[in-house]
This record gives sequence, structure tokens and C-alpha cells, in this order.
Amino acid sequence: MDDHIKHDHSHDGIDRRGFLKCMAWAGAGTLLVLDGGVVKSFALSGLDKHSAHDLKGQLSFVQISDSHIGFNKPANPDVTATLQTAINKINAMPHKPDFIIHTGDLSQLSKPSEFDTLDQALKGVAAKQIYFVPGEHDMLSDNGEQYLERYGKGTKGAGWYSFDHKGVHFVGLVNVANLKAGGMGSLGHEQLEWLEDDLKNRSASTPIVLFAHIPLWTIYPDWGWGTDDSEQALSYVKRFGSVTVLNGHIHQTMQKIEGKVSFHTAMSTAFPQPAPGTAPSAGPMKVPADQLQKVLGITDVNYLVSGRSLAIVDSPLGDSGSSASKSGRGLAVIGSSIG
Amino acid sequence: MTNRNMWVGGLAMPVMAMLLLFAGSPSVRAADQRSAATAEVKIDNFSFGPQTITVPVGVTVTWTNRDDIPHTVVSTDGVFKSKVRDTDEKFSYTFTKAGTYPYFCSVHPKMTGKVVVQ
Repeated sequence: MDDHIKHDHSHDGIDRRGFLKCMAWAGAGTLLVLDGGVVKSFALSGLDKHSAHDLKGQLSFVQISDSHIGFNKPANPDVTATLQTAINKINAMPHKPDFIIHTGDLSQLSKPSEFDTLDQALKGVAAKQIYFVPGEHDMLSDNGEQYLERYGKGTKGAGWYSFDHKGVHFVGLVNVANLKAGGMGSLGHEQLEWLEDDLKNRSASTPIVLFAHIPLWTIYPDWGWGTDDSEQALSYVKRFGSVTVLNGHIHQTMQKIEGKVSFHTAMSTAFPQPAPGTAPSAGPMKVPADQLQKVLGITDVNYLVSGRSLAIVDSPLGDSGSSASKSGRGLAVIGSSIG
Repeated sequence: MTNRNMWVGGLAMPVMAMLLLFAGSPSVRAADQRSAATAEVKIDNFSFGPQTITVPVGVTVTWTNRDDIPHTVVSTDGVFKSKVRDTDEKFSYTFTKAGTYPYFCSVHPKMTGKVVVQ
């Protein structure tokens, strides 16, 4: 359950003993909120008692990722079914999310039928809006033509865009286009220029959420788990008081805090991948069938009124509870499985 | 004796000419003496194997994807570019010019390989 702690890349001075105590509670299903360095906890079962004020705050959304519709190999022969489980879990949440963010690899092979199946499934999710960014699997036909046709309205270049919601500024970035041999993810000059311009006149007190498919911090270069030119992008958000970066691609939760920037990757709804360096490659990882739903999941993000903090809860599809991950200033990251 | 020498000399030239004619036909030589006209590269565990392959001019290289994930085979110099290849799908390219051809998987760009054509 707690693979998350092993991937602790941050050194942010949080009292580890106190944090680990909270981790032990996580098995029972606990939502931890770190607000200005103080950890508060809420039992997930009692969420509905708290949700209206303490948890929902002003803004609540769910991140899903890596649905890989069309994948049908042993690691998960029915990715549409596990996506449906994720949707059911979202629909069963005590508070309805304002919207969904899908951080890419919607499809396995960029086939129209795969996008159709995804769209059909997402019709049943209880959210008014879904925001997408593409993964490399969505760029396989004509440099992402299919993807842009379906999900790229109002976006620029390979599909980047920004929007505001309840005072929080969201930026969808594309780091899977025009990849260079031997490289990792790439944002590209045009997008970086757009990003700089998009952010430049905003007040530093505006909470920023960046979302992109491949992690915007270097997790494991050998497997391409990073973005070559993310430093440039991160330099543009350095002056903001609260920055959250949401990514997918690696099919497991990982997080890092660097100053006021919190990085977080989501589980896949399709299949897990191995922890860095623990397997010959980053490919789909087979787990016993009864374990599958524990390693797939969704991420619930709540923006709390007090102290402008964001609570991020990863929920495995299998309902055996949640696991808390590293948290930082104003941020709590918790994983819970769907199975 | 002179006659014989002259006769040998007379015969030598046509024989020599024939030998030279055969020597100057590289295609015939290739078919008879070189190894098979195809070479295989396996795509497995997010890598090309062998990563560098050396082949004679005229050989067709066939890449086969053995991974559970799709890959592509794309020349960094724009010489060849496969469609996306899912598990067990193949891509072939015939190298008609000598040279070095670095390539990569455009989906997972850390995957790189090289075809050396001599």
C-alpha cells in the first residue's frame, strides 16, 4: 500500500515521526491536511460530516490519468472496465467535483474507436466539465490530429491552454509533441513563450495549477520520466505563493515539494508500472488479479479556504483504504485505491 | 615456341576480359557470397536489440515489436519512419545507400538505435 513513502525525493523539514504516525492511520482511510505546517486529519468515513466546510472549501476537482483505452494485454485485459470503476468511485464521492482533469494517455494507439469508447464512458461521470492534455499515446496518428480534433478546441499549438476557476489559475501543458531522440518530455520554445506571457501579469497570490502528462520534474531519466525543458517553465512560476503540478505517465503516485511548488503524479486507471529501476523497463506491470484495483486510482483535489491550501487525495480503485503521501506547505497528498 | 607464346597471349586477353567482367558485377557477387538479404532487430523492454546493427548495402532490416506497448522506428535524419507498431507488428526498410542511420522511437525517445550500412 505505501509505496509512496519510498519515493520520497523531497527534503522539506517536515517532522517525519509525526508524518509517519499519520501514515499508519492512512490504512484506515484518512484524509490528511497540512495547513501551514500543521497536520490535521479527517477520517475518510466521516468525510460527509466534514466535507461541506472543512474539506470542500471553495474548489474541488478530480484528476484521472492514463486510461489507455485500447490496451488489452495481461497487465489489464479490460481497461474500460477499470475506467468505469474509477468513474463510479468519482460519482460516489460525498462531494461532487467541479470538473475532471485527465492528464493524458487517453488512448493506447490514438485510434478513433478508442477515443469514442473513452468519451462514451466519461458521459456518465458526475462532473460538468472535463479538461484534457494529451499523452504520447494520443499523438500516434499524424502528430495528434485525432486528439486535437476531439479535445483541442480553444487550445494552442499541440494543445496547450489555461483557464481560471474560483480564483485558481489552471494551465494545461503538452510535453509529448516533437520529442527528440535520446530525450525525455519536451515543452518547446513556442509553448514556453506562451506560458511566460500567460503568467506574467498575474498576482503572485494567485494559486497556480500546472498539469501535463509527463512529469515536470526529473524522476528517472533512463526511463524518460522527466521533461528536458521544464526548468524554464518552473522559473515562470517561482514567484507565485502556491503552485501545484499534476502529472501522469508513470502510473504510480509520486510527489516532491520544492519551496512553494508541489509536484504530484497520479495512478493510472488502466495498469501499474514498476517503481524506477525495479524492472528491466517501464512497461506495464502485471500484478495478481485481486491486487489490480489497489494499484489503479484517482486523485481528488480540494482547495481549502483557510490558508489557501490544497489537499490532494489519491484513491486506489479498490476500497481498501488510502495511503498518505508526502505533504508540504498547504498541501496534503493522500492515495487511496479503487479496489 | 614463339607461336605458343603468342597463342597463349592471344587467349589470355579474352580470358582476362571475362574475369574482369565478372569482378565488376557487385550484384552477382552479393547474391553469391554475402549473407542473407534481411536482418532482424527486436524491440523488447523499451530497447532495440541489437542497438547497433551493421549490414551490407541492399539489405532489408525488419524490426519486430515484442513489447506490450506500441513503439515506432523513426530515422533522426528523416530517412525512414514507421507507423506505430503494436505488439508483434513489424516494420521493414531496405537500405540502398551506405551510411550511418541513427534512429529512435518517437513515442519513447530514450530508445535509440543505429543501422550502419557498408
